[in-house]
Amino acid sequence: MDAVDRAIINRLQEGFPICDRPYLTVAKQLEITEDDLIGRIDAMLGAKQLSRFGPMYHAERMGGGLSLCAMSIPDGEFERVAEQVNRFPEVAHNYARDHRLNMWFVLATETPKRMGEVLGEIARTTGYPVYDMPKQEEFFVGLKFEV
Amino acid sequence: MKEPLRKPEPIQLDELDRRIVVATQGGLPLVPEPYRQIAAEVESTAREVMKRLQTMLDAGVIRRIGAVPNHYTLGFRGNGMSVWDVPDEKVRTHGRVIGDLDFVSHAYRRPRHLPDWRYNLFAMVHGKDRSEVMEKVKAIADMLGDDNRAHEVLFSTRILKKTGLRIPGKD
Repeated sequence: MDAVDRAIINRLQEGFPICDRPYLTVAKQLEITEDDLIGRIDAMLGAKQLSRFGPMYHAERMGGGLSLCAMSIPDGEFERVAEQVNRFPEVAHNYARDHRLNMWFVLATETPKRMGEVLGEIARTTGYPVYDMPKQEEFFVGLKFEV
Repeated sequence: MKEPLRKPEPIQLDELDRRIVVATQGGLPLVPEPYRQIAAEVESTAREVMKRLQTMLDAGVIRRIGAVPNHYTLGFRGNGMSVWDVPDEKVRTHGRVIGDLDFVSHAYRRPRHLPDWRYNLFAMVHGKDRSEVMEKVKAIADMLGDDNRAHEVLFSTRILKKTGLRIPGKD
């Protein structure tokens, strides 16, 4: 990754224009060509230096439910419960973490009402309580991480 | 400057909006006229697609259009979920300051579950490795002073599942 790549990453965290030739607009700001910009974004996505490029959608604003949930599962039961939890299509990400609350997953549901149902179903299916921790407020900037 | 998000009513998306969401959730086309290409996929015009995207952006359905750097491949191998118990009346003040730190990617207020879980402020902290994450957490703790009533850092040990978020309301 060279200085131009870094400038691109920093610039693209600030947003991308909505116009006929958005790459051209950004390329001019960076004093490179449109082709070069497109090629470098493509390469950085391929090398996984960028994990995504495009619109970031906000699930709750589209009418869905979103929450972070945690469970405390004894070691001997962990794999079984992970499998049961992962089987729910509403479970998007699930991580094991080094804590008494050792399973953390993101639930995304089509409606807020469905959230309550899925939480109940997971608790019933697994036999363990689910701690529901939906975000109440967000302190987010998303454009920093200078490289 | 960022503001904490309001809790607005969800936006009603129509069929075309949804098709645009589906066509772009994996990313923008890497062609000189990306919105024209999306328009072709969703059977609309570039002008209409741009208008819809701008409306969704203004309404907050789209947080922003841009790139997400991959912390891990860029050398930030450590990331810890730091959780903090701060006085409820100060959570916004501290959340804003913590969310602005350049090594924090997200900060959220979340509900406590007493007595099992006392923490009301979450911040993802990134560093080159775990020890750098811990140094940065220490810096946050120092900054909070007495308002840091307790904190912990949870590191992930394994990814159990990772899929994209579903688009609500599609069939």
